[in-house]
Amino acid sequence: MSNISALIWLIPVLPLIGFLVNGLGRKQLSKGISGTLGSGVILASFILSVLVFFQVKNVGAFNVNFFDFIRLSDFKLAFEFKVDQLSAIFLLVITGIGFLIHVYSTSYMHEEPSKDFAKYFSYLNLFVFSMLLLVMGGNFVIMFIGWEGVGLCSYLLIGFWFKKPEYTSAANKAFIMNRIGDLGFLLAVFWLIAKVGTANYDVLFTPETLKLLTATDITGITLLLFVGATGKSAQIPLYTWLPDAMAGPTPVSALIHAATMVTAGIYMIARSNTLFSLAPITQTVITVVGLATALLAASIAIKQNDIKKILAYSTVSQLGFMFLALGTGNYTAAVFHVITHAFFKALMFLGSGSVIHAMGGEQDIRKMGGLHKHMKITSITFLIGCLAISGIPGFSGFFSKDEILAGAYGHGPLLYGIALFAALLTAFYMFRLYFITFRGTFRGTHEQEHHLHESPSAMTIPLIILAILSVVGGVIGVPEALGGHHELAQFLSPIVKTASHHLDHSTEYILMGLSTVLVLASIFTAFSLYKNYKAEGEATGFGKVLQNKWYVDELYQTAIVQPLAALGAFFNNIIEKKVIDGFVNGVGRAVNYGSRQIRLLQSGQVGAYVLLMVIGMLLLFIIQLFV
Amino acid sequence: MGNYITFPELLLWLTLVAGIIAFFLKKQGSAKAWAILSSLIILGVSVASLFFADDAKYASFNKVNYYWLKYIGNSFYLGLDSTGRLLTFLTALSFPIIFISTQQNNYKNPNSFYGLMLLTQAGLMGVFLAWDALVFYFFWELALIPVYFLCSMWGGEKRIQATFKFFVYTFAGSLLMLIGIIYVYLHTPERAFDDGHISQHSFALQSFMHAVLSKGEQTWLFWLFFAAFAIKMPIFPFHTWQPDTYDQSPTSVTMVLSGVMVKMGLFGVIRWLMPVLPDASLQFANLVIVLSIIGILYASFIAIKQDNIKKLIAYSSIAHIGLMSAALFANNEMSVQGVYLQMFSHGINIIGMWIVVDMLEKQTGAKNISQLSGVAHKAPALTIFLVIIALANIALPLTNAFVGEFLMFGGLYKANVWYAVVAGLGIILAAVYTLRMIQKVFYGESNALTQNMQDISLGQKFALGVIVVFIFGLGIMPQPLIELTKEAVNGLLAIKK
Repeated sequence: MSNISALIWLIPVLPLIGFLVNGLGRKQLSKGISGTLGSGVILASFILSVLVFFQVKNVGAFNVNFFDFIRLSDFKLAFEFKVDQLSAIFLLVITGIGFLIHVYSTSYMHEEPSKDFAKYFSYLNLFVFSMLLLVMGGNFVIMFIGWEGVGLCSYLLIGFWFKKPEYTSAANKAFIMNRIGDLGFLLAVFWLIAKVGTANYDVLFTPETLKLLTATDITGITLLLFVGATGKSAQIPLYTWLPDAMAGPTPVSALIHAATMVTAGIYMIARSNTLFSLAPITQTVITVVGLATALLAASIAIKQNDIKKILAYSTVSQLGFMFLALGTGNYTAAVFHVITHAFFKALMFLGSGSVIHAMGGEQDIRKMGGLHKHMKITSITFLIGCLAISGIPGFSGFFSKDEILAGAYGHGPLLYGIALFAALLTAFYMFRLYFITFRGTFRGTHEQEHHLHESPSAMTIPLIILAILSVVGGVIGVPEALGGHHELAQFLSPIVKTASHHLDHSTEYILMGLSTVLVLASIFTAFSLYKNYKAEGEATGFGKVLQNKWYVDELYQTAIVQPLAALGAFFNNIIEKKVIDGFVNGVGRAVNYGSRQIRLLQSGQVGAYVLLMVIGMLLLFIIQLFV
Repeated sequence: MGNYITFPELLLWLTLVAGIIAFFLKKQGSAKAWAILSSLIILGVSVASLFFADDAKYASFNKVNYYWLKYIGNSFYLGLDSTGRLLTFLTALSFPIIFISTQQNNYKNPNSFYGLMLLTQAGLMGVFLAWDALVFYFFWELALIPVYFLCSMWGGEKRIQATFKFFVYTFAGSLLMLIGIIYVYLHTPERAFDDGHISQHSFALQSFMHAVLSKGEQTWLFWLFFAAFAIKMPIFPFHTWQPDTYDQSPTSVTMVLSGVMVKMGLFGVIRWLMPVLPDASLQFANLVIVLSIIGILYASFIAIKQDNIKKLIAYSSIAHIGLMSAALFANNEMSVQGVYLQMFSHGINIIGMWIVVDMLEKQTGAKNISQLSGVAHKAPALTIFLVIIALANIALPLTNAFVGEFLMFGGLYKANVWYAVVAGLGIILAAVYTLRMIQKVFYGESNALTQNMQDISLGQKFALGVIVVFIFGLGIMPQPLIELTKEAVNGLLAIKK
């Protein structure tokens, strides 16, 4: 056990091997082999991650240094891993949920030709590899390698069906928006390197090093890091790529939304919590952005009709809650919510995949209805997911969300009120989705109705496992008020300083009771509105604004994309062709003109030549005299 | 100097002789085979030279000095230091890759074509090896003149205009540099030769570095030299020859131009401008950096609007070179080390890019993004290579370009925060234009032009495979290249202190 650190490199390398074998052998490998290999390497990583978890729990954190990545005379950057409580938890989530998604995919993607099937698994493996690198890296640069790596993989997978231009456009959008955030991350790293000469966590997060940073430095660095987080974790203003990212195969959405990618921003801030706790301005910014995102995305989700879009906006909104927790210094709660959210969001995305599978590719919930009769496992597990995300007591989401809300209350009732309102919207749109999809009567075509069936067990078993986790996942963080010990907080205590605002138990009971009652009311509203949903006309008024996502995409298009494109055109057509080339060609013409005049000298008359010779000799003579 | 044949001699004379021999090989096949064979031999020599980098032990292998025009204080002085080692290696590596990847292309008068190509290589070798200003200037021209012929005789439809523009630019640059060289020469101290001959002035690099020049003289001399080098790199606003020339030249020439020849400009700054005019180089550093950064954004914005693939790559290259030029003048270890890494990586990667583009154009006859679609279905191997190279082009981590760009941006940040912030926008723009090209050309449904495409040939696979090995090899383990060049980096920084 104690020598697990010698094998730590296998955790990311196994998925990398899976990527290479599946990628290079995609033409030779059968679907059975690529699927087994793709899932098998993740399972192996998961088993190792479990061993690592117990090692960290029982023995403690450890670092592994592989080689010097870059070594200059005044700067050194090692290829190193840091495996501590925080990374151990993320390892479990990434490989555990990742494995279930891989297993599910073997069935979901079965209709793809075998070389695309292998390609799909190779990308999936690469995704997990990048994410593992991100959370295991011992310095910000290794984290950045994984950070851009997940961006790349999301690009590849969103555009997996690359024949459709709108899919590849979504892929480009994801990559470019992430890149905007990445620039912020990079600048933060440069700032750190310029000021303290290192990007290594262990050196960085010590009082001696932090002393070298002024308050401005810390605020600037943390704000830039947060810019990076808004890209990867889809917060205002860089969130619009995530809803479009559902162009990829549905299990990929589950992977992006639950196990990898979007949690990267949370991880990064939790990892640097020492720094963020010293930056009150940044914390305020994070709180405001998180809360605004939670509210904005939830409001959009209410009026969407695409099953995956609703889930996508729900992710954006839930990530907002996590940032709210981070901003209020409640790092444990954020990590806790990452975990529970991973359970129920993976569950719901995979569930929606099961629905889409049964519906023959249809994603519009207006054309569904009454699916409960046909696919009981999917329906029941999905319901569990909805209960968990809504925060019904006993389900995992209740504990993590309650902790975030309690933390917000510690910072003022207003914060709490807005967050609670967003939570009520969450319950509302999730149950709207549930009732419209699974209850009432079927509204699709006869052919579709005939085709309706429960998905095969490779898909339903992951759903069942995730459903169980969504129910019981909260046990790791039962608060003292409910007689628990919050195991997670204790486990994370070496890295994360828990915020000190302790509410007394009676306040906590009141808050829990209040949110529970209101959530139930919210669900009841959804029930009464949508239990017998009939297709309705196009939304009007404010509903239309919500349905069109507050027109943010259109705003970006007119305010940013088009002006920049116009600038490019101006440079190309005016500056380049008219100004610079005009000048160069002018010089060229002048030379041409000059040489035409000079050509006249070659008149063919011997006398003229002699005259020129004499003038030349005289000139030479004069020059000789003076030099 | 010594009793051995030195590496500089081998690299230079072998290439020159190979070029001359090529002129006599009139058959397509034998000219090609000779070009590949001789360039591989030269590559072997270059690789061997990397193992003799320790000057303390092997100084006599790396320097040679023939007496030449003694009466004007000139000698044929060649040397291989770590800057030269890097760039001669890049040159030696590029040519076989170019020859192998384009071996399917047939040229009329193959003997002249390959002869001129090898002469260009000899010129490049000479430029990177010369430690004497006159020798440097001689090879600078030797490298360019064959290119004029190559473009004007084997180029595309508009080759005459393109070559003319190229000629006007580079000729103007060379002329200014020549004036600069002569002026500095006239201010060099006396030089005593080993045999007792004393000349009043000297063209040797050492003498140039000791030339007595006032601040005012340095100021205008700086711009004479800089103009020549800036045109060659090229940086904004000296760049408009490049897109047309890249577009109109035969692809193998474009590969030489963009992979190796643009490094002549950076090299000129490193070897001559900064050591000879250190004060002016510091004085104008910020101006050059600002110009370079404007160039990054300017070229990137134009790249976004380009429909012609070759021009898109040309503008992308202008943006990349702009970053290198800015980082070179940022004058700290991090940035300059980044430039060294990136000079090599950019050279390799862009040649890979051209291999892909050449194949697209040869097979479809199309030059524009808007004409193409769905190549990925028909040529999956080509697409994979292209995506890898494109990702290196936008400096994704674990590719070679990331390390170089990371160091360059880090160094620029140290020099001035805003340099890094503004230049950093180039990172985003690079993703925009690169991904747009991939999306339009490779993704989507195949169309009439692309549906009969064949996937890449064995030779191209091999050439691209080598490039990919370098992309990931140096992306994961860049330290060997840093070790190879750090002496030069520190030497350059020491000059200015």
